[in-house]
Order: sequence, then structure tokens, then C-alpha cells
Amino acid sequence: MELKEETPQDVNTPPAEVPPLRRIVVESETVPIRVGDYAGPPDPEYGREPWQLQAGLDGEPVWVEERMRTEDLSIAYGEKLAVKGVDLEVNSGEVLALIGPSGCGKTTLLRSLNRLVELTPAAKRTGRIILDDQDVDGFDVTQLRSRVGMLFQQPNPFPMSIFDNVAYGLRERGSKKPRRKQLEPIVVDALERAGLWDEVSSNLNHPALALSGGQQQRLCIARSLAVSPEVLLLDEPCSALDPISTGIIEETIVELRTEVAIVIVTHNLQQAARVADRVAFMYLGDMVEYGPAGQVFGDPREERTREYVGGGFG
Amino acid sequence: MSIEVRTAAPGPRPPQPDPTDPRPRPQPGQARHSGWSISDRVGLAAAWACGIALCVAAASIVGFMAWKGVQYLQLEMLTSSPEASMDQSKSGGFLDPLVGTLLLTVIGIAIAIPVGVGIAVWLTEYGRPAGLARLVESGVEVVAGTPSIVLAIFGLLVFQQTFMGIFSFTAEGGSVFGRSFLTAGSMMALIALPLVIGSTREALNSIPRHVREASYALGKDKASTIRRVLLPSARSGIATGATLGMGRICGDTAIVVVLLGASMQTTPESGPLGLLRGTGSTLTSYVYNNSPSGEGNAPEKAYAAAFVLLMIVLLLNFAVGLIGKRNKPQWN
Repeated sequence: MELKEETPQDVNTPPAEVPPLRRIVVESETVPIRVGDYAGPPDPEYGREPWQLQAGLDGEPVWVEERMRTEDLSIAYGEKLAVKGVDLEVNSGEVLALIGPSGCGKTTLLRSLNRLVELTPAAKRTGRIILDDQDVDGFDVTQLRSRVGMLFQQPNPFPMSIFDNVAYGLRERGSKKPRRKQLEPIVVDALERAGLWDEVSSNLNHPALALSGGQQQRLCIARSLAVSPEVLLLDEPCSALDPISTGIIEETIVELRTEVAIVIVTHNLQQAARVADRVAFMYLGDMVEYGPAGQVFGDPREERTREYVGGGFG
Repeated sequence: MSIEVRTAAPGPRPPQPDPTDPRPRPQPGQARHSGWSISDRVGLAAAWACGIALCVAAASIVGFMAWKGVQYLQLEMLTSSPEASMDQSKSGGFLDPLVGTLLLTVIGIAIAIPVGVGIAVWLTEYGRPAGLARLVESGVEVVAGTPSIVLAIFGLLVFQQTFMGIFSFTAEGGSVFGRSFLTAGSMMALIALPLVIGSTREALNSIPRHVREASYALGKDKASTIRRVLLPSARSGIATGATLGMGRICGDTAIVVVLLGASMQTTPESGPLGLLRGTGSTLTSYVYNNSPSGEGNAPEKAYAAAFVLLMIVLLLNFAVGLIGKRNKPQWN
């Protein structure tokens, strides 16, 4: 991502018609804004080209393909319905942001995609979740989770060396114990893709918890990437980080979306605007609106979305 | 990224003086406690006095024992076995009790750590059915609350059963002696167990839930999460509990007197594991037996041994502080 102020030019919708977005731009003068960046095929549903400021990072269009899908997914905690009949598509090659006010069910939805929500004893799920045309209930849960990785709000490296953290998911997979030499190329590759290699290449054996918060979070990304997931779920990954670390993580997310489908839950609308290609707005368990980022931010179809991205929900 | 400009939230107002309060208000320059009632002043003074008294008590324990210890302790006491002699110059030192203390501590903690960690892991990570978990918790509390002399007598009862002969030795008539390093060590394990369980549970509970979830999210099951992430994270907690437990084992007398046999010298049985099945003594029983209240009357040696024991226990406590500070993983 280029570090320069992005101004809307050459777009279908003139800036004057997108007051919420302008608000966002005005609020963050020192931060590069990347809205939309939607490089997928034209979206017939909206009858026009997706809003686009900038093609893929290197100018190349990114191939978009469905990886995961939910069908009429509902999740209840006891009596309380947290997610109500959501249909959602998760595509590789793009970043999907789940936005919405606190308690709207976005984290629950995210955690259901790798069946982590099942760890909550009271949680009940109906509807289907499909990964590559197979129902996730048919998977062994450990297998599903190595294909659908996750990053948490707090950086949480394990109390072991940097190397062992990244190699953690690779070990004990089969009956044979892999040697360090066999794991090393995968670990190095994962660290490189997470953008951490240059900083830690000389001290792979240092304890991971001695790293800074932002480095720890990137280590957690590398840890997830090492098991080569197809989908990566990010649950407010920057909420515990400083602005500079946040910027680096966002850059990493944008770079990664060409190889892995990314779903990010965020409270930060500007962050969603910066990284997302597609946005789903949730409110009180309902998925109110789902569409290309530029459209959801610039020209929301639903009144509730308009209020939220315009700050109406507070 | 949003740069939030927050105006300082209006905090609670500092308490304003109540104009109807009849008590004299402290004036600037007056002492801080001037408005206090007599009972408050007495209470504060008593709290100060108690704190200082404790310091004095602790200092005098260490001070007196060090004074007596340095006075009577000779290097050869640490290297020679106790001998039965009325002449104190020929009654030897306390090498056997010293080794006995170490041996008993090792046996006790070697049993207590795996059992205690296992119980703690089950309670924090599984703990189902809830009724069973509560039962286990009460069980731990019962064991923790039982006086060690009761544990000792109970141990004797158990280990004198005929089939328990392998832990001590069977006399020719078929009666089992029931007293040995193994039997005393297993009762000592019960003394250390609640401490190991307690601090392991505390360590496991302090690991945030998202750390466990991060491991599950990488496709790991519960067993390997416990083994590869949780137990290594709880290492310093386990070590703290184990060290506290070792301190308790070192200092316990009742179990040694009842279950380790009355021999001052370490007396191994024949056959494999003879040493562990044999009897002996520890520093605590040595101090007891040499003090005027015990059988012997060699207070100098009792003082010297007590000083060594105190040093061992203080070192263990010091180690607890060090372990607690280091190696503890810190998540946000």
C-alpha cells in the first residue's frame, strides 16, 4: 500500500454524493485511505462496476473465487439469538470486513466459521456453513481449523521461541516428528509473508513474548499462515495495537488477500475502508447489507447502514 | 486509524468538607491524623506495633538460630553420621538426617508434582461433571486441613496392611513394619499436594482464554494444547507450588517420627530399593531427639541442625520469590 493520501478520482460516484465517506477521509488526514480496492468481476446485482479507486496492489486484478459460504446461519446463546439467518460468501482474493456496533453478532459469526463458537457451552447453531462445497460439520474439527485460521484481538504468541511458535501448528500432525530442518523453510516463508522475517531472522530462538505487541501480532499471522489455511479470520486484530503497528498489519492483510480469503471483524470503519474489498454490515444479529466496500460506504442501500457509516449509531 | 481526542472525563469530585461536621478540621500545617478519634489513633498505633513486632520476631528467629548455629556448627557435623554415645564428643554429626531430609523431600515432591499437576489440569480444563469437580476440590481441602500427625497415623494404618509389605519390610511373623522412606514420602506427598494443586490451578487460570483458542484455531486438540501450551505456560506456577511443598516437607516432624522409624542412622533394607524401603531420620527428627524435650540431651547439636534446617527452608522460600518473578509469560 502506497503511503500517500488517496483522493477519489476517476470514479463513478462523485465525492459530493458520499458524505459518510468524506467524513472518514477528513477525520484521518495523516493516514493513507484506500477505499474499495475492489478488483473482482463487475457485480451484476448493483448494475454497475464496483466502486474502485485502485486496482490490485501491483495494478493487477485479483482473481476472486468463493471459498466459504453460510446458508441461513443462526447462532443462539441460550435464549438469545446472536446471529439471525445470515447468508454470507467469503471469497479468496479479497478482504471481507464485518462491521457493526458492539454486540451485533459479528464476532460470533466469525467464530462460527472455524467452529470455535462450539467451545461456548450454551451456543447453538442452525443453518449450514460450507467450505469448498463441503459442509463444515462433516470435517474433523481440527482439520477444519487448520484450513480456516484465526487471529485474535490480543496478540497471543505461545511462551516459546519465535521459531517454535510458527512451527507449532506443523508439529504433531502425523506420527513422525518433523525435524527442525524440514520445518525451517515453511517457518521462514510464513514469517516472510507476515512481514516479520527481516526483524526476527537473526533471533528465531528468542522468546516470542519478548517481541513488541505489533510484532507479536504479526508472529500470530505467521503462525496461522504456516499451516497454509485457505481462509483467515481476524477478530479486531489491531484493537490492542498502536497506530504504526496497525498500519503495518493492515498492509500485511492487504498483501495476503491474494493468497488467502480474509474475513476481518472491526469496529473501526476507517480500517474497514482501508483494507476491505467487500463489507457486511450487521446490526442486532441481522446482516443488513453486504456488498463491495465502495458501495456500502459510498452508497449504502439500507437506511441503517447509512446511519452507521455516517456515524448515526454513535 | 482514528485519533480520538477525548476531553478529560469529569471524575468524581474530591470529598468536600462537611460544614455540619462537629469534629475539628485539620488546619494547614497541622498533623495528618489530628482530626482522628482516640480509638482510631489506638488502632493505627496497634497496627504499626504488630507489624514491627512481626519483624522483630522474624529477625530474632533468624538471629538467634544463626548465633547458636554458628557457635555450635562444625563442618564435621555435616560429614559424619550420628553415633549412639552418651559422650557428646563421640556422638557424631548429622550427615544421615541431612541426607534423609533431602531424600524424603525428593520422594514426596516426586509423587506430589505429577499427581498435583494432573488434578489441577483436570479441575481447570475439564472439571466435568461439576459435582465431581466440587468433590475433588473438597477432597483437596480435607487433605490440606488434616494435621500431619493424623496423616502420619493414617499412613501407618495403611502401610501396615499385609499387602503393603513391599513399601517397608515384613517381619518373620508376617507383620508389616510400615515405616520407611517410601511410606513417609508418600504421606509427605499429601502435605505438598494441596500447594502444588493450588499454584498450578492459579497459573492455569491466569492464562487467557484466547491463548487456548489460538491453539485450537491452529487445529490442535485439547490434549496437545495442554501439553504444548498450557503446561509450559504454567511452569513457573508449578515450580512455585513444588518449592513451597518442599519447604513444608522439610519442616514436617510428625510424619518423620511416626513413619520413618526411630533409627538415627539411615538403615537400608536388603534387596532392590533397599534404601527407600529402609528407615532413617531427618533434620527435624534429629533436632527433636537431641533437644531436651526429646530422648537425647544435646542442645548444641540440636541448635546446629536447626540452623541448617532453617537455612534450607529459607533458601526454598527465597527461590519461590525468584521463580515467581521470572519465567512467567505475560499476555496483555
